[in-house]
Amino acid sequence: MATHPHDIDGRAETFHHRHLLGITGLTAPEINLLLDLADRYVDQNRAGGKSDILAGRTIVNLFFENSTRTRTSFELAARRLGADCINMSVDGSSVKKGETLIDTAMTLNAMHLDALVVRHQESGAPKLLADKVNCAVLNAGDGQHEHPTQALLDALTIRRRLGTLKGLTVAICGDILHSRVARSNIHLLNIMGAQVRVVAPPTLLPSAIGELSVEVHHSMKTGLKDADIVMMLRLQLERMQGQFLPSQREYFRFFGLDYDKLAVAKPGALIMHPGPMNRGVEIDSLVADDIHRSVILQQVELGVAVRMACLDLLVRNGTNR
Amino acid sequence: MTHRTAFLNARLIDPATGMDAVGDLLVEGSRIADFGPGLLANGAPEGAERVDCAGLTLSPGLVDLRAAVGEPGFEHNETIQTASRSAAAGGITALAALPNTDPVIDDLAGLEFIARRARETKRVKIFAYAAATRETAGKELTEIGLLAEAGAIGFTDGGPIADPALMRRLLAYASAFGQTIFQHPSEPRLAGGVMNAGEMATRLGLGGIPGMAEVIMLERDLRLVEMTGGRYHAANISTAESVNVIRRAKARGIRITCDTAPPYFALTERDVGDYRTFFKLSPPLRSDSDRQAIVEGLADGTIDAITSDHQPHDQDSKRVPFAQAAFGAVGFETLLPLALELVHKGQLPLSRALAALTHIPADILGLKSLGRLTKGGPADLVLFDADRPWCVEADKLASKSKNCCFDRRPVQGMVMRTVVDGRTVFTHAG
Repeated sequence: MATHPHDIDGRAETFHHRHLLGITGLTAPEINLLLDLADRYVDQNRAGGKSDILAGRTIVNLFFENSTRTRTSFELAARRLGADCINMSVDGSSVKKGETLIDTAMTLNAMHLDALVVRHQESGAPKLLADKVNCAVLNAGDGQHEHPTQALLDALTIRRRLGTLKGLTVAICGDILHSRVARSNIHLLNIMGAQVRVVAPPTLLPSAIGELSVEVHHSMKTGLKDADIVMMLRLQLERMQGQFLPSQREYFRFFGLDYDKLAVAKPGALIMHPGPMNRGVEIDSLVADDIHRSVILQQVELGVAVRMACLDLLVRNGTNR
Repeated sequence: MTHRTAFLNARLIDPATGMDAVGDLLVEGSRIADFGPGLLANGAPEGAERVDCAGLTLSPGLVDLRAAVGEPGFEHNETIQTASRSAAAGGITALAALPNTDPVIDDLAGLEFIARRARETKRVKIFAYAAATRETAGKELTEIGLLAEAGAIGFTDGGPIADPALMRRLLAYASAFGQTIFQHPSEPRLAGGVMNAGEMATRLGLGGIPGMAEVIMLERDLRLVEMTGGRYHAANISTAESVNVIRRAKARGIRITCDTAPPYFALTERDVGDYRTFFKLSPPLRSDSDRQAIVEGLADGTIDAITSDHQPHDQDSKRVPFAQAAFGAVGFETLLPLALELVHKGQLPLSRALAALTHIPADILGLKSLGRLTKGGPADLVLFDADRPWCVEADKLASKSKNCCFDRRPVQGMVMRTVVDGRTVFTHAG
């Protein structure tokens, strides 16, 4: 049996949360603890190791919105910790809002779960569930609110490449308005002492975004200037049809990441994307596949380790209660 | 050797700098070489063409913020050729063409078409607006960034942009590219009629367009401008309350501009008379108190610019019952004399009237070198006799369409010569 990395660290007491509903509410030491633990799971995963510290525990993936990547990542994470993992996909249209969501929660709660991983199209849905169940709830993305494990895996990717987050300039580019990934990253990067910029046409920025301690840019030229990290966001194609943006080609011309626009960033600036990418829309294929700059596939790899760390801490915290 | 023209003994007026002095102006090639009192006191340079201005006014050529030029799609009303000739006869050296044509100018190909036709015609400078929404349908943004790069002078649908959510996004999106949205403020759900709502419309049994249709849209837009920080210009201000709304907004520090056109300070709804369709305009001619407020708005600068709002329509679209007639009137050749009418009545200083016709509209369009006299700047000039009386005759207008609402009006102020890039593009025959 592999040694449990968490025990070696001996800092379990510093993570006092029952749930992981968002980055908001976490402190820098708590984030570092999660990342340290995830670091160890990266090594374990690469060595082909498996742990059984969550053996006998039950984790349910409750996804009200389609997802392959995140759901698979959570499922792998649970299995690599020895837990039993069950996927429950709920067709959004057949589930009514409000009471029905709570009914679902109460039903699951009666089955004595250890953790519930929730993705929902409505902001705040995981919080509503968390208030009703006894197990740990992990937010796997809710509406346009938060996607905390994505921000954590982004942070781990940056930390492993550049050693620290503190003092880095990070440009988050694209559809900030509809992005939970952007919101979680803005919170996390600010907590960790990075300088955050958002770069987007005004139609893709939520109101008062400047109040979230970010610099607002409407041009890639100023937004990417001397950036250490360029984080591209996925642009839903239905946004291109004239309501938010005139066309795909105009978006790519002014906001798509290519080598021309990247030239003003720091030499060697890293390129990130939460996936799945729209090549030729928000990112040029040459840039996306640049093995020296793009860490997009590494983000996916580290995602599993980060989710292992989150499940580990939360499920074991649950036992301690 | 470069062609030179010496304008001698002119009253030089440059509203941008406040200059108003008798002097001379020398054009070299397409540029103004120099100007000022006594510049050519020792005579014109050898080889230069001499124009003795005999004390007449020489000012920057007029810059017209808004005109329909017929192309593409309405060549039976006007062509770029005839529009250019009419504009030049009116002392206009640069104009911005509306995009609500057929097809609508909402893509790069449309812009290039106008640019090519303007180059071929080579009379006055023609800039093109691009549509703010595709097909001017008011639903989807056009490629504002790409169109601006390709030379669109601004963005407008010609008619009103009604949907507030879309207007909000337009203002926000265009601001990232430094572009202005030119709105025709009229709430379409209130503006279903055909003339100003009021006693006249009631007596004539015609559907009314209340002034509030304009005011409500304007007030809504001003709030959206505050919210988005967008750039906004309101076209064709026609009511007293609109002037008040804009005056208050400017006092609050909101950066917006607006214009009006001669019918709104020279005519009223009474002129509709007995169903005279040439007086069917959009917005409609209003009451006399509205008209007076427009004059005051021009005088105190609340209304920034005066445009021709040139809208050519053939006879057939006006020789129908009033409700079925097309909206609009031609305006190039009556623009300057009607503006001068306010000067002669003592309601507007000459410099203010000319400012509203030259550097202010140029600035609104971002054409910082036009509408002023500058050493080394483009030689776009108009020489006019501010006092000479004449009578407007619709049939004699150079415009292809003759739908003029000032036919047979005695006016004062005649364009004698128009110069674009140093080339004389119009001289008065008489």
